[in-house]
Amino acid sequence: MEYISLFVKSIFVDNMIFAYFLGMCSYLAVSKNVKTANGLGIAVIFVLLCTLPLNYLLNKFVLQPGALSWLGESFKDVDLSFLSFILFIAVIAAFVQIVEMVVEKFLPSLYSSLGIFLPLIAVNCAILGGSLFMQQREFLNVGEAATYAIGSGIGWWLAIVALAAIREKMAYSKVPAPLKGLGITFMVVGLMGMAFMTFMGISL
Amino acid sequence: MNEDLKKTLLNPIFKGNPITVLVLGICSSLAVTVQLKGACVMALSVIIVTGLSSLVVSLLRNSIPNRVRIIVQLVVVAMMVILVDQVLKAYAYAIDKQLSVYIGLIITNCIVMGRIEAFALGNKPIPSLLDGLANGAGYGMILIIVAFFRELLGSGTLFGFRVLPESYVPNNLVILPPMALILLGCIVWVQRSIQKDLQEK
Repeated sequence: MEYISLFVKSIFVDNMIFAYFLGMCSYLAVSKNVKTANGLGIAVIFVLLCTLPLNYLLNKFVLQPGALSWLGESFKDVDLSFLSFILFIAVIAAFVQIVEMVVEKFLPSLYSSLGIFLPLIAVNCAILGGSLFMQQREFLNVGEAATYAIGSGIGWWLAIVALAAIREKMAYSKVPAPLKGLGITFMVVGLMGMAFMTFMGISL
Repeated sequence: MNEDLKKTLLNPIFKGNPITVLVLGICSSLAVTVQLKGACVMALSVIIVTGLSSLVVSLLRNSIPNRVRIIVQLVVVAMMVILVDQVLKAYAYAIDKQLSVYIGLIITNCIVMGRIEAFALGNKPIPSLLDGLANGAGYGMILIIVAFFRELLGSGTLFGFRVLPESYVPNNLVILPPMALILLGCIVWVQRSIQKDLQEK
């Protein structure tokens, strides 16, 4: 039951885009049509799902104060938490690189359809943000971390596909010239965020 | 040479502003604009990180192999961010807590990586340092404008001091996240009405 609650919460209430503005750069740049938005969204879900539990284990067994006690008594007081930024980003960058090589070798058709998005994901704030929020929330086990990862990934995917669909339709409407493109997109995202805020009242 | 430096320094502030023109680094910026104080600290941190990491990458530019440059750049940037984070934790713990994960997210802020890729890899250290600082400043300026309106209208204060009279009823909508995006949309609107050549077809 707790898993379901965490899952729904991370999709709607703590939505990566509308509540925390994470992954905004690629969100705005790649939301011009639904098909590419869909591809990027799925890639984000996948990378989040793989890196977040990995970083969770890293945090639990290496970085936290006292985490190294499995090495022996003398390591009990070691606190490496100041290294977390550099280790998390290294895990993410390395993982993305490996996935890119594997996909290129074994699934060339998927590789060509994802194209530039895969390497770009390494610098997507939603991925690093997920890991940093995970560290802050102190999940109890890997299962919770994975649930949170897949939930926030789906939330991101939902947001980007929805915005892409709106922008496709918006091409036919009359927007004041200075607002065209970037300006109106910001406002649309703001309005979508207000719509998503209605989920905040839900308690699970 | 002097003209060039001046251009490097002034261009990112208005004409080539990283947020409103290049659309870089919106990710970690908007959540910290509820209060001016947080926005100022964030702006300052970003200026320091962009400046110093551009400088370091520019110094290393001839010895970084092209294939692994992304990872090298990320490590340099992460190191700078850790420095800033540790300083904040030591001297301004309350603000560090308020900014929470967003200081860490400067690592993936596209401005830092974008300027390193576009400028620092191909230029000498001093212009790179200035370019980094100026882009950080252009980013910080937008952050402070948004925070100014959000704090003024949302709680009637500036830097925590009451500015509007007691009878002013705070507009709670402005404090909520979506309003930051709409304000940013308005800033883009104003800028593009002044600079017509930026308008999209």
